[in-house]
Amino acid sequence: MATINFGYTISKPRAIDIDRNNLRKSDEILREMPELQSCIGCGSCTAVCTAGNLTQFNFRRVHTLVRRGEYQGAYEEMNKCMLCGKCRLVCPRGINTRGVVLLIKRKLGDF
Amino acid sequence: MKKRIVVIGGGPAGMQTALRLKARGMEPLIVEKEAETGGKLRGWHVLFPTFTPAGEVLAELRHRVREAGIETMTSAEVVSFTQHEVALADGRRLTADAVVLATGFTLFDARIKEEYGYGIYDNVVTSADIERMLDEGRVAKADGSRPKRIAFLHCVGSRDEKVCQQHCSRVCCITGVKQAIEMKRLFPEADVFNFYMDIRMFGPGYEELYREAQQRYNIHFVRGRISEASPTIDGGIQIKAEDTLTGRPLRMSVDLLVLLVGMRANDDNAALAAAAGLERAPSGFMAPRDPFLGNVRSNVGGIFYAGTVSAPKNIGETLNEAAAAADAAVDYLNA
Repeated sequence: MATINFGYTISKPRAIDIDRNNLRKSDEILREMPELQSCIGCGSCTAVCTAGNLTQFNFRRVHTLVRRGEYQGAYEEMNKCMLCGKCRLVCPRGINTRGVVLLIKRKLGDF
Repeated sequence: MKKRIVVIGGGPAGMQTALRLKARGMEPLIVEKEAETGGKLRGWHVLFPTFTPAGEVLAELRHRVREAGIETMTSAEVVSFTQHEVALADGRRLTADAVVLATGFTLFDARIKEEYGYGIYDNVVTSADIERMLDEGRVAKADGSRPKRIAFLHCVGSRDEKVCQQHCSRVCCITGVKQAIEMKRLFPEADVFNFYMDIRMFGPGYEELYREAQQRYNIHFVRGRISEASPTIDGGIQIKAEDTLTGRPLRMSVDLLVLLVGMRANDDNAALAAAAGLERAPSGFMAPRDPFLGNVRSNVGGIFYAGTVSAPKNIGETLNEAAAAADAAVDYLNA
């Protein structure tokens, strides 16, 4: 059956719906690296990020979305990271940020 | 003859002030409007950041007051006072050489923030309710079952122009962290979320507890204020907020929504201040003479402040300030 063109499209809802999101991967990630939960959202990692200076990559935003169960595109985003490790040098909570990048890539490779 | 100092309020501030006054050779009289002393410390379960039972602190203070033989009037409400005389609701008048005002604060009435549904929906409770439930040893949903998902909302009745409370109540942040940990201890399988605007960890050990809540207890912190709560068909509460750190709207249903209610100035501060010629801050709390060298003195000689009557404070600060207020009163009378 041909799709009828009504002349408009429907936008996908932008809201993060914790009830619908599957938090299993997020829980696994936090269990392996509980220190990630101590992020205070200061943005130091993103401020010094080499990749972030050249692309839209925002490490803080991506890992926060992953923690909320929003995995779509996270793997591709994390691939922008060059693993230079500057973020780890500046993190005031001492989070192994490079480890977080690798962990998220490992866990979400099939997303 | 010993100088008589009337201490209005028999909470932690009032009791500690009286103890110090007695130790310095004065004759303090505690005037408490409730049937027993203790103030807001009554009905509180444990104190942050050490989880010390509030009852322990209260019992020790009461014990010391009794041992010191400090005269205490209960069920005695003060309607007005000057530095020389305190008038009670029943018409009695007490003469005084000086007065220490230690009448504390009022908890914000969460029903005013109608959008959160306190008093309308089951399973929306306040931080004070949680303390009471913990004290009674029964924290549960309204139907008696174990909550699987709990959300705490910070700044209810604080930093909010819409309810005429622009000040920060200071202690709710750490109370939220403390209660979230208590919930995780009671319900390890539950997910606990804290919705916050800023997290203000001002005291020793507070930041450490915050970090422990995140790292050891896996408590989630979402920066964003819940805009509204509505009931779900299965008796839960649906909440909406912006997850400001991802820049996206967020919604979820929870079994229990805990509102961290703030400290506001007592309604009778205005009348008491007018009768005694005292100045108040824009927040409605009493204004100390100056915030550095005269923070327990009022703008009227012979009237002093102890504890949360002048601003939100924690128990430790209140007890320290009470001792300072007593010393200031003694210095005033000896001058």
